[in-house]
Amino acid sequence: MVEKQATRDAYGKTLVEIGRENTNIVVLDADLSKSTKTAGFAKAYPERFFNCGIAEQNMLGVAAGLAAAGKKPFVSSFAVFATGRAFEQIRNGICYANLPVVIAATHAGISVGEDGGTHQSIEDMAIMRSLPNMTVICPADGPETAQAVRAAAQAKGPVYLRMGRSGLPVLYEEQDRHFQIGKGHLLKEGADVALIACGLMVEKALAAAALLAEKGIQAAVCNMASIKPLDEELLGQLAEYCGAFVTCEEHSVIGGLGSAVSEYLSKNNPCPVAMVGVQDQFGQSGSPADLMEYYGLTAEKIVGAAQAVMRKK
Amino acid sequence: MQREEKISYLEKQAKECRRSIIEMLTESKSGHPGGSLSSVDMLTALYFAEMNIDPQNPQKEDRDRFVLSKGHAAPALYAVLAQKGFFPKEQCHTLRKMGSPLQGHPDMHKVPGVDISTGSLGQGLSAACGMALAARLAQNGARVYAVLGDGESQEGQVWEAAMFAAHYQLDNLVVFLDHNHLQIDGNISDVLSPEPLDAKWNAFGWYVLPINGHDMGQILDAFEKARTIKGQPVMILAETVKGKGVSFMENQASWHGVAPKVEERDQALQELA
Ligand SMILES: Cc1ncc(C[n+]2csc(CCOP(=O)(O)OP(=O)(O)O)c2C)c(N)n1
Repeated sequence: MVEKQATRDAYGKTLVEIGRENTNIVVLDADLSKSTKTAGFAKAYPERFFNCGIAEQNMLGVAAGLAAAGKKPFVSSFAVFATGRAFEQIRNGICYANLPVVIAATHAGISVGEDGGTHQSIEDMAIMRSLPNMTVICPADGPETAQAVRAAAQAKGPVYLRMGRSGLPVLYEEQDRHFQIGKGHLLKEGADVALIACGLMVEKALAAAALLAEKGIQAAVCNMASIKPLDEELLGQLAEYCGAFVTCEEHSVIGGLGSAVSEYLSKNNPCPVAMVGVQDQFGQSGSPADLMEYYGLTAEKIVGAAQAVMRKK
Repeated sequence: MQREEKISYLEKQAKECRRSIIEMLTESKSGHPGGSLSSVDMLTALYFAEMNIDPQNPQKEDRDRFVLSKGHAAPALYAVLAQKGFFPKEQCHTLRKMGSPLQGHPDMHKVPGVDISTGSLGQGLSAACGMALAARLAQNGARVYAVLGDGESQEGQVWEAAMFAAHYQLDNLVVFLDHNHLQIDGNISDVLSPEPLDAKWNAFGWYVLPINGHDMGQILDAFEKARTIKGQPVMILAETVKGKGVSFMENQASWHGVAPKVEERDQALQELA
């Protein structure tokens, strides 16, 4: 059986661990501590946990103040509320001042499921990525999330950490892990096309690569958990080597990973890019599996996109 | 209808809606029972005794409008709209399923009778202010109603809207505050106290009417009183019980956002027989 862990579970567990070592860490939540998994930290270190109630804008503002006064705040809510409701507080309160606040948001993407379109954030990476000073990370599984949380705790500026609701398979062995902000992770080599994925789409990209191999197509697979800064060096190499890209994200194709990759390539190594992601539309209620199918976030869609983009080389 | 008759009619409708809430949530296997059950009496009274609406013509221009600001109580709204005849009751079984008009949070373009889409807390009162302004401009006598959560009142935007409504003397605006004292992480006073709510709304320039939000007689009296208030918006501060009507859900924060299992549904329906 494949071991499964939600990225938010790994976040909650890691927070408790690093909170023990680093007493400078404070955690804020907006009435969702059971869902975002900050409840563990609240229980372990109640004096360093602040429930802000359903008031996200104030929460991000308070985090800015805590950071300006030398604390290391981790701030959690659902992605849509953390980044959307409090956007301008993040822009002017946190990023403009370059304060080391970690916005650790859960329930990103359409895999939120039944709650529907109001709760399914498909634009959070786009708006967070557009802010100067901001780092954007979207880990692919639980253990990578644990590493990303530790890296974010060390960061000198603001970090946006994007996590999901559902359990995800653990993708690779412990010794193969070396998450670093600004670094991608090449999971599979291949010379025909490069699949660049983040979050739960990394698993789908690996599955797509296996399907492509059956058709005699060798696809490279890269886990680009660091959306900003991007691993430009790795992208440059893949451009030379593969000459065609498919980006895979559980996010709008406007402004997210696909855009980030295209921005780099169009300036430095122009080559065709196909984007698998949510096509400029809102989500809706349904089971996560049905929604992934409906919005075309599947290995089969990646395969189709890879074949199409290769013809453009 | 005589008053007593009207009250017992409304109580019967509300009980039917409670049953429907439990049934649809069990079927969808996800959703929010607690806050649906605490607000359903107010919704029933609004749609069956107060609002000028027509299920045959849901887009009627001079209708009264309703904003479910705490959009997660969608099952309560769907139950009442179906019971009132806006759409077939059988449709309730599709709640939260792929392709259903009954989204997890109300969508104005999918469900007849839903006047505005909600789901992100704290935004509904602002929209209600806009509707009240539009009704004033249309001079059609339409009134606007909304239901807010008490946890929801922690959002700053609620108070921006509160200020706005009083400033523009929106006396065609009547808001229920579903004061069930609970939110997801526990008691509102433990999480982040918005109290004293009566004094706050008063200070913001609203006419405050405290009632028991499960007492149909008191709800009807509040409607009547609200129509006499001029130059001020009205806040009906409704004391309620989260999960009202189902013994094991009452006053339990843990029943905020989980659906009943089949055995739990059966027990609940027995209590609501
Ligand atoms: C802006 C925003 N933040 C967070 C949430 C998630 N959420 C849904 S319901 C809820 C608690 C609501 O409490 P309350 O308003 O008291 O509603 P009730 O207890 O009556 O159900 C929260 C935090 C949301 N829907 N919108």
